[in-house]
Amino acid sequence: MPEHETAATRRQLLSRIGAVAGAGALYQAMTSLGHAAASDFVNPPKLSGARPGTSVLILGSGLAGMVAAYELQKAGYKVQILEYQNRAGGRNFSLRGGDTFEELGGAVQHVGFAQGNYFNPGPWRIPYHHQAVLHYCRTLGVALEPFVQVNHNAYVHSSTAFNGAPQRYRVVDADYSGYVSELLAKSLNQHALDNEISADEREHILQSLKSCGMLDASYAYKKSDLTSMRRGYEKPPGGGLDGPSIASTPLSRGDIFSSGLWQAISVNSLLNHQTSMFQPVGGMDQIGKAFQKQLQNVINLRCKVTAIHQDDSGVSVTYTDDAHGSVTRIAKADYCICTIPLSILSQLDIQVSGSMRAAIAAVPYAPAIKIGLEFNRRFWEEDEQIYGGISFTDLPITQISYPSTKYFSNGKAVLLGAYLWEDVQAFRFAGMTPAERIEASIASGEKIHKQYRKEYSSGVAVAWSRVPWAMGCSSIWSEQRRKDHYKNLCTMDNRIVLAGEHASYIGGWQEGSMLSSINAIEQLHKRASGVG
Amino acid sequence: MQKFALMMIALACLPNAARADSADAITKNKLTTTDGRVLYQTLCQGCHMADARGAEGVAHFPSLSENPKLASGSYPAYVVANGFGGMPWFADKLSDNQIAAIVNYVRTHFGNHYTDVLKPSDVAKVRPSAESIKPIFD
Repeated sequence: MPEHETAATRRQLLSRIGAVAGAGALYQAMTSLGHAAASDFVNPPKLSGARPGTSVLILGSGLAGMVAAYELQKAGYKVQILEYQNRAGGRNFSLRGGDTFEELGGAVQHVGFAQGNYFNPGPWRIPYHHQAVLHYCRTLGVALEPFVQVNHNAYVHSSTAFNGAPQRYRVVDADYSGYVSELLAKSLNQHALDNEISADEREHILQSLKSCGMLDASYAYKKSDLTSMRRGYEKPPGGGLDGPSIASTPLSRGDIFSSGLWQAISVNSLLNHQTSMFQPVGGMDQIGKAFQKQLQNVINLRCKVTAIHQDDSGVSVTYTDDAHGSVTRIAKADYCICTIPLSILSQLDIQVSGSMRAAIAAVPYAPAIKIGLEFNRRFWEEDEQIYGGISFTDLPITQISYPSTKYFSNGKAVLLGAYLWEDVQAFRFAGMTPAERIEASIASGEKIHKQYRKEYSSGVAVAWSRVPWAMGCSSIWSEQRRKDHYKNLCTMDNRIVLAGEHASYIGGWQEGSMLSSINAIEQLHKRASGVG
Repeated sequence: MQKFALMMIALACLPNAARADSADAITKNKLTTTDGRVLYQTLCQGCHMADARGAEGVAHFPSLSENPKLASGSYPAYVVANGFGGMPWFADKLSDNQIAAIVNYVRTHFGNHYTDVLKPSDVAKVRPSAESIKPIFD
């Protein structure tokens, strides 16, 4: 969701960078991405020696807020959560048939999905190395299943390459590495790199190119049973008299490189997208719901925070209690963990240092669009043998993600029909009505799957900038602003500490909000207990 | 009165139908137009809404209609280029010319009647350095 491309994203950004700025910029971006560290979670915090009766008020019941409440309560703190919405979970949520979703501007969507179908407008996948999220899923009994990111039989599509015909990922993957290997082998065999490498090394590289690039004995990448073993056959091997296979013909080298379709290989290779990935069975909101179950007694729904004050003796938070006649109340506690998104917090009256206030005001939010489309049948499985995974395109929708669940089932199914992050198309989609967004996603999608219009059943289009309780998807930091403000944002200010994906280096991912929360409670505990 | 307002809206909409819409203004994910109206519809109305009256959620997207902060064109130009709070910067997506076009469009529509015109060279003065808005990938 908030992961941008990755989703956090960086994911979509990457494909955009390639499309707009060319390969050089893409490479630069990829390099910095490649260096992104995996999550550093090892264990939940051990908070011993809490002073009995110490109270903590938590603002927001997203994953950051609920991790904090869960751990602090275990450590002996008295916790309460104030939540604006009528449900816990924050951006961890799913939409199902019968749900209504109202956005800023007043448009109301009635989700028409069939029983059992769902759509994750926010987070939707969990990398294997997001160990905090996985830890809490395990601890709280949230059932997980594999989320398929990389599908070699899904499509990669460019409206300006191959006459707009989508190509199978495996074909582009095979041909790309085949031609790169062939070219490199050629230059090695012409001794063009002899200044760089020894004769021994040259032999090793040549061997590797032959193997990894599917090159023949003369180091050529061409139509053969060998290359078809990776890219697929013209006629696949069969049985009996139909046994013999027919090899397929590689796409032309020039077309492969100019198509830009290799960007998908790069995106799929990122640490955040590597196999294995997971999703909760039945919707991402199962995580939020599992936390909520543990925290029934401390979550106060429909409380709108208007002011956050502190002095030497404690914090006092003013809020409107919409669950009880919209009366204005003041909640007091010894400490406060505020997980309200900065898009909103920057407009609230919060009594913190000037430097923290400046940090709160320094971080913009991505508009991000996600569109869930329900179809009458799984044509991607039945007609095209695509089981989960993602097709990538240069069209505004950027990708189509097929459901990684209930494969081969009959009846309606929901796919992710668009995921836009913060490019101009994302802003444009945000300005459309929900119906216009859905139509635009179908108009893109039918260029990849001709069955789209015929099989379309219903849809829901979430523009995060118009989500009333978030007013944006997740934080966008610049290097400069991170340098200027990140530390000030994350350092406890007397009795108030902030948490959320915005206060992490894993922006837009649930892991970021959890790790930020853990760091916040460690700071709080140190301050409150005088320990450490 | 209400009827009159509706008529005005209908009239205002008429000539628009023939003009390019925001989809045509994007080529290879870049905005190519300098039409302030199209730029507004593409980038701004997602938050500030089609009528520029903004929206009220937990917090608010400010109304650009009769907003005294538009009295000088350089302030909205600064905000569009650099962002403000949760609002992203647009300096990476728009030329000085395009930012001036948006500001001039907003300052002469939605109940605003400013007569002075913001020049692209005025925008250049408030544009952040490319370095300062270089995004982080994480």
